[in-house]
Amino acid sequence: MSSVRYSKDHEYVRVEGDTGVVGISAYAQSQLGDVVFVELPEVGKTVALGKEAAVVESVKAASEVYAPVSGEVVEVNTELEGNPALVNEEPEGSGWFLKLKITNPAELDTLMDEAAYKAFLETL
Amino acid sequence: MTDAVDPFIKTLLHTTPLFAAHVALGARIVPFAGYEMPVQYPDGILAEHHWTRAHAGLFDVSHMGQALLEGPDHATTARALEALLPADILNLKPGQQRYSQLLDDAGGILDDLMVTRPVDPAEDGRLLLVVNAAGKAADFAHIARHLPENVRLTPQPDRALIAIQGPEAVIALARHCAEAEGLAFMTATPARFDGLPVHISRSGYTGEDGFEISMAEGDAPAIWTALLGEPEVKPIGLGARDSLRLEAGLCLYGHDIDTTTSPVEAALVWSIQKRRRTEGGFPGAARIQQELAEGPSRVRVGLKLEGRAPAREGAEIVHDGAVVGIVTSGGFAPSLNAPIAMGYVPPALAAPGTALHLLMRGKPLAATVTTLPFIPARYARAAKANPVGA
Repeated sequence: MSSVRYSKDHEYVRVEGDTGVVGISAYAQSQLGDVVFVELPEVGKTVALGKEAAVVESVKAASEVYAPVSGEVVEVNTELEGNPALVNEEPEGSGWFLKLKITNPAELDTLMDEAAYKAFLETL
Repeated sequence: MTDAVDPFIKTLLHTTPLFAAHVALGARIVPFAGYEMPVQYPDGILAEHHWTRAHAGLFDVSHMGQALLEGPDHATTARALEALLPADILNLKPGQQRYSQLLDDAGGILDDLMVTRPVDPAEDGRLLLVVNAAGKAADFAHIARHLPENVRLTPQPDRALIAIQGPEAVIALARHCAEAEGLAFMTATPARFDGLPVHISRSGYTGEDGFEISMAEGDAPAIWTALLGEPEVKPIGLGARDSLRLEAGLCLYGHDIDTTTSPVEAALVWSIQKRRRTEGGFPGAARIQQELAEGPSRVRVGLKLEGRAPAREGAEIVHDGAVVGIVTSGGFAPSLNAPIAMGYVPPALAAPGTALHLLMRGKPLAATVTTLPFIPARYARAAKANPVGA
């Protein structure tokens, strides 16, 4: 059983045991438009909550992707190198960015669950 | 990553006569140069870009500044304008259009613009100007301030401007406007669009064949809708307009050119006709003639990047460990499926094939200087080496 949490910056983390799968939400990709490049961190890098974890480039601009939770990068989605459009097609599926070994599970409580995120989007 | 507009700012933004049409088409609207403009429609920037290169794209460019410059005869009006820019306007033939730049006293570029001499002899002494949206108030004030008493500038805020660009633009437009077919590149004529009076020029800013159609603002929605009804035509937003012009190697004011750049540095020498190079008589002529004779200290070049990471405006250009220049436009080129950029480098590093690095987020991206445009121009006459025509 996995659960998904969202940040106010529109990153998600899908929790699978002590691992978090991180990407950007369907709303975020729709705002960005066509993704043409994703810069991913090195495996083994430690990222802190709210700090830059990746960069996503659309045709028009570059946007930073912040870590929704702190952790160590244990895997990155190498599929995105050849097919960055996966971020548009399946942002919360095959278009994931990276997997983190979550160092502080309590941080998850600061994020929104799906219902709260949906409500948050309606305020934008 | 949001395009949210501050509600207070939003009340200060203008709209074009086609705003309701953009909203109805599902456009994403962003603030641009004081206007609420469509950055993309639901198809998205990549699809819009490819559509324009393959078929015909329709652009609302009504935010741009149109004005009429009027004097007693062509020579008087032309000389008044020549005092402000380096193009040969005096020898512009009736119906001919030319690209130029308003210059400041140091030879820096205040704005770039299109100048058209009406084809009708009854309009002798008139020139039609189109300047960029962001600078139009300042441009018009600048021009008006420098005119002799017998030449007058009249801005035309009640006129709209629609561009149709792409290899099928002529087919689609000609169904409504017979005059389109026979028009040569960089010429213009009054015409009728389904009976409505318009002024059309065969020009644009995408590197494709195409037209710009000027009309009374009240006629714009009907003309927009009629063209969108053609199977070759889809609406195109500012996002694809930018990627199209970048591939075409064309300058965007405020990015690739501004008051710190001269037309020689900007590789726009082709737009300074021979008589003006020799005679001078435009603002900053001393600097520009010196740069023509001795070469400028830096020059705009095209850059092709290795890999897929784009370099953006502001990225430093590095050679042998030293910063030698700066990227002024950069992005992803859909037609090349690769990142491209333009920027300024010393002339010694401007030769095609020169290997450089562009610093993005502290990482050096390998790039090679390449000839402009990035894709061959497909204007409606034998293409010259120049991007917009000499």
